[in-house]
Amino acid sequence: MTTDQISTTTTYVWRKQPFIKSPVTRWGLYIGALAYLLLAAFSVPVNWARVWEGLDRGWRFVEGFLVPDFASRWGDIVIGMQESLTMTVTSTVVGILISIPIGIGAARNIAPAPVYAICRGVIALSRSFQEIIIAILFVAMFGFGPFAGFLTLSFATIGFLSKLLAEDIEDIDESQTEAIRSTGGGWWQIVNYAIQPQVMPRLIGLSLYRLDINFRESAVIGIVGAGGIGATLNTAIDRYEYDTAGAILIVIILIVMVAEYSSGYVRKWAQ
Amino acid sequence: MPITKSENGAAVWTHRTPKARIVMWVGWLLLVALFIFCWQVMTEGTIWFFVYDAPRQAADIGSRMFPPKWSYMDELWWPLWDTINIATLGTLLAVIMAVPVAFLAARNTTPSTKFVRPVALFIIVASRSINALIWGLLLVAIIGPGVFAGIIAIALRSIGFIAKLLYEAIEEIDETQIEAINATGASAMQRLDYGITPQITPAFAGITLFRWDINIRESTVLGLVGAGGLGLKLQASINVLAWGQVTTIFIVILATVLVSEWVSAKVRHSLI
Repeated sequence: MTTDQISTTTTYVWRKQPFIKSPVTRWGLYIGALAYLLLAAFSVPVNWARVWEGLDRGWRFVEGFLVPDFASRWGDIVIGMQESLTMTVTSTVVGILISIPIGIGAARNIAPAPVYAICRGVIALSRSFQEIIIAILFVAMFGFGPFAGFLTLSFATIGFLSKLLAEDIEDIDESQTEAIRSTGGGWWQIVNYAIQPQVMPRLIGLSLYRLDINFRESAVIGIVGAGGIGATLNTAIDRYEYDTAGAILIVIILIVMVAEYSSGYVRKWAQ
Repeated sequence: MPITKSENGAAVWTHRTPKARIVMWVGWLLLVALFIFCWQVMTEGTIWFFVYDAPRQAADIGSRMFPPKWSYMDELWWPLWDTINIATLGTLLAVIMAVPVAFLAARNTTPSTKFVRPVALFIIVASRSINALIWGLLLVAIIGPGVFAGIIAIALRSIGFIAKLLYEAIEEIDETQIEAINATGASAMQRLDYGITPQITPAFAGITLFRWDINIRESTVLGLVGAGGLGLKLQASINVLAWGQVTTIFIVILATVLVSEWVSAKVRHSLI
């Protein structure tokens, strides 16, 4: 009888749990976000007349993308592509060669403290600025052209690859190092026989991933004068040749897709 | 593990078969050859004089970069605010567009795997393979220079990233919960609301924050192509070779990036 009474007097309604539990934080966040949005939206000057005018140009660009013109600037596109691709390969190889010792030095479990500090410093330095800012500096120092781009991408590769390699070395199975150490192996033998076989598949995967990233970046750093397809694209847009720009973008997208799929395939095979 | 016989008949263990060794060796040889070939092609047009001269140039620029011109900070507050707005509003816009794309691209929620899914995947690939700076370049030409072009550039670039990670999260949800909601006789919208959304909300919040963090980084340099923010001041300072101002801008960019990284790490930690 008692259960019957309860069910007739009180009805329970189930509500979904809110994502942020504390009501004070939740409403505080909502109000703060709304205030920020209003403030931000009103501080952005939008010249709607100019945007309206631009829609026409935007449409011409879409047309250029749909009916790309590969022919009239084919020579420039080939040169730009050649610069981008060679820059990608050389910078990835050099970047990997430099990042392996730095990565080993930045792994806490095998490097002595001073070496660890220096290598972590190098990684932090390389990671703190984006490729494009480094490219500006290298262009100022080494002059225009793909050589500056090569240096930029190599430098950026070091930060990326050494950091991930160092983390991977720190995560290895320590029992294997212990086994090598118990046979009387020295530091080099530990690195060669206990650590290298464990991190090699991941190193190959990361290198291919970085190759992919380096190609994407090589398409951008040309904007500040570091050579590659970005420079060609910049010129095409400056001349309002949207059909050529469309052609270049299609080539970039195709190569990025090919690189992504093939590197994914090889990575699956290596791991 | 291949075993070969030595001359006196004893078994010798080797890591690889002779064939595998030759394949490996040829592979490495090809890699070295490719590297040398690429190096030759790339450095064809390099003016080596500039390269040898670089240490002197570096020292020269270095001496001009220090000390940083702190008084220039007064002119940087407004571009800094613009930069943050570009990243935040751009991320917001991207989220609004990316969520439907993600649902159309996920194998278990798409209305048709033959027609809609490929289109959604193409949108994701196209958006991801074009860098924010290139989007900026295009949009500045199309809708004119300024913060607005920057916001759209960031938004267009982020759609692919957010949609890709989100549709992978949608594909990985626990189907039994959908089945439970289905069993109550729920409609498609209710299934979405009670079955899918609660499962992907943490991933969604994480992805959005992560992208916001990346967008802060990217929006600091978008001004190089005219799309507003700190990059605009950077471009102006480089053009007049005011290296003291450039250093100040670098410091501001570095500080902004570090703060945004810290904020996103903190928020993510409290959410997940």
